[in-house]
Amino acid sequence: MNTFLDVVIIFSLIVLSFSMLGMVYRMISGPTLHDKIVALDTLGIMLMAMIALVAISLNSAYLLVVVLLVGILAFIATIALAKYLEKGVIIENDRDSDD
Amino acid sequence: MTSLIAFFILGGAFFSFVGAVGVIRLPDIYTRLQATTKSATLGVMMTMLGAFFYFWYTEGLIDTQLFLAVLFIFTTAPLGAHMIARSAFHADVEPYKLTILNELKRDETNPEDQIIGDTQRVQVQRKKDEDES
Repeated sequence: MNTFLDVVIIFSLIVLSFSMLGMVYRMISGPTLHDKIVALDTLGIMLMAMIALVAISLNSAYLLVVVLLVGILAFIATIALAKYLEKGVIIENDRDSDD
Repeated sequence: MTSLIAFFILGGAFFSFVGAVGVIRLPDIYTRLQATTKSATLGVMMTMLGAFFYFWYTEGLIDTQLFLAVLFIFTTAPLGAHMIARSAFHADVEPYKLTILNELKRDETNPEDQIIGDTQRVQVQRKKDEDES
């Protein structure tokens, strides 16, 4: 494989790891619960990029299935947590009531 | 082609790092959402486009799932950020103390202002002033 691309991919993996460490810091020390949700969402999104880079460095296209799956799970988790913190329920049966 | 792939992957790593710095350094949740929603999403999209071009270049494989993931992030990142911001506002998370404009708070406390809008409100105010004078 190309040596230049190898160096680029390893460098990007290191940079992405430090970004995810920053997210973990915000996820542990966030002042409110919403900060933690923001950090968790972004951690999931960065995990997608991480998996794509690992798939490149392993040179296998099978890992690319995981990318879309992790994205869908992170999105649903974000929406569910936000709705739970706002209203106390996730699936509203009576959408017109005010409580 | 190799330089294009390297450009996309390095740019993606750079924008993800900028997003992480923003999440650590910015003062409150509403500004942190800016960092994650714009910068980190662009970074991840660039990285995955790089992976898409890489597999196209080396194996001749056009991976539609990866392209679908890019479109999915592009659609859902603003949606998630909007939901979190609205949830934080309704859960009384305080904005940073230097915030000067809170449009959602203004619209929810004065519903009639929301209906007529800014320019019309100015016109109504002018007409009222003329009538008084």
